[in-house]
Amino acid sequence: MPKELWKGNEAIAEAAVRAGLEAYFGYPITPQTEVLEYLSRRMPELGRAFVQAESELGAVNMVYGAACTGVRVMSSSSSPGVSLMMEGLSYIAGTEVPAVLINVMRGGPGLGNIAPAQSDYNQAVHGGGHGDYPRIVLAPASVQEAIDLTVLSFDLAEKYRMICMLILDGAIGQMMEPAEMPEMKPVNRKDFGWATNGTMGKRDRRLLTSIYLNPLDEEQTNLRLLTRWKQVQTHEVRYKEYFIDDAEIVIVGFGTAGRVALSAVRTAREQGIKVGLLRPITVSPFPIERLDQLTGQARAFLVTEMNTGQMLDDVQLAVHGRVPVEFYGRPGGVVPFPDEILNEIKRIASAPATAHTDARDAWLTRMTAQA
Amino acid sequence: MQKEIIIAGFGGQGVLFGGQVLAYAAMDSGKDVTWIPSYGPEMRGGTANCTVVIADHEIGSPLVKNPPLAIALNLPSFDKYESMLAPGGTLIVNQSMVDHPQRRNDIHVIMVPCNEIAEEIGDKKLMNMVAMGALLSALPEVSVKDVEKALEAHLPARHKHLLPKNYEALKRGYEHAQKEWDKVPA
Repeated sequence: MPKELWKGNEAIAEAAVRAGLEAYFGYPITPQTEVLEYLSRRMPELGRAFVQAESELGAVNMVYGAACTGVRVMSSSSSPGVSLMMEGLSYIAGTEVPAVLINVMRGGPGLGNIAPAQSDYNQAVHGGGHGDYPRIVLAPASVQEAIDLTVLSFDLAEKYRMICMLILDGAIGQMMEPAEMPEMKPVNRKDFGWATNGTMGKRDRRLLTSIYLNPLDEEQTNLRLLTRWKQVQTHEVRYKEYFIDDAEIVIVGFGTAGRVALSAVRTAREQGIKVGLLRPITVSPFPIERLDQLTGQARAFLVTEMNTGQMLDDVQLAVHGRVPVEFYGRPGGVVPFPDEILNEIKRIASAPATAHTDARDAWLTRMTAQA
Repeated sequence: MQKEIIIAGFGGQGVLFGGQVLAYAAMDSGKDVTWIPSYGPEMRGGTANCTVVIADHEIGSPLVKNPPLAIALNLPSFDKYESMLAPGGTLIVNQSMVDHPQRRNDIHVIMVPCNEIAEEIGDKKLMNMVAMGALLSALPEVSVKDVEKALEAHLPARHKHLLPKNYEALKRGYEHAQKEWDKVPA
């Protein structure tokens, strides 16, 4: 297929359609609304289900219901809307049905603003709904990656009977880039052994539930989820590296913060600084092993995020104090410019911090001194 | 090669579409490109801008603090981007809507009476294409022909009859800018 200029949000919507999305339930919120707007036209065109629900709570529970029938189903929202969906996500996780959720993140907490942010990393990766459940989280950094990962998210969700979230910030949702769409795939309803899609009088009835009144049964469920998660950790880690081979300073950044860092890395390389970039594509499962390897090579890490240091904790866990980890973030809906990250690279290149410095504290001190 | 361009003006002046046409032209000539709009409340308040990055490698940041190239279609955009332009950069200014000359002398400011030229062609809405033509005089990576082809390929069918006038707007803007460049001491 030839490349076309696609806006991130619309590209995700079309990619989902081509991956066989049969049902979409959502509620408008900036900077995600184009996903819903696009599908409100496209889905009925194809005879597929589109519902603008009465709220995000309604939408996520419609997703839950449709997911139980084994069809490809999705919702999308932005930060405050995703918060509203958390109860439903936990039920979906507890019922072990596949579902895809797009979060086009904006500045928070609270109503915040509609500018690009990455402040829902912890909600997506570590928590969100109640209970003990893993979920796959993908973080595209370009429109092409948003398309590819949308398609992948349906496969992963089905393969592991798990929620697969895409977290991107408003910049990628609103940006246009040349991108190639996959071929339109016909809807292929798989015959999942668990799907409650009607017995037609031909088979025994199936039960999908997240209720396990006997704690021992719930314990087994928790262990089953964790065992499945181990498979995800083994097989599904994805990341992209730039200028990493001889890098002495390794930047770790996802999504827009990662691609902004790429610009800074290029400039720093021109100035002779041996710096590279590791851009996690799966932030859950996190590329722990790769970071472990890089710890043997790098003399310092720099984590860049559009929040106050959420992925930072995961990098620190992987690096485990063996080399210094530094942090640079712009929270609240501010997108860093490359020169800000370049300044950090230069600072670390000339005067490396000690491993004992708390990265977030040191960053906060620098940030508040500027203001 | 990487070039960053900011296009700014009032909503309705064709700021976002102008940027898209440039992005299409860059894409169709085999380059990587990003186009990102301002989508915040300021869009509803009247001013709009978009940033286009053109490169022959995978583009990092889609946003730029100090662009080498910018188009200012109105006075607030002139005042804002004149101060933000990278030293040595070029600012295309819609002379029809500003009331004072440039303040910086370390950048090139090309004044183009976009409204008047567009009205001469017969459609004041073409002013964004006049400015685009002028921009191309400072952006050798994208030719007038590339933009013409992009317009032809991507203008909605119902607007196809406007192509000749769009081409003329591009040409007039380009030629006007060329004359301004001739006045710049070598």
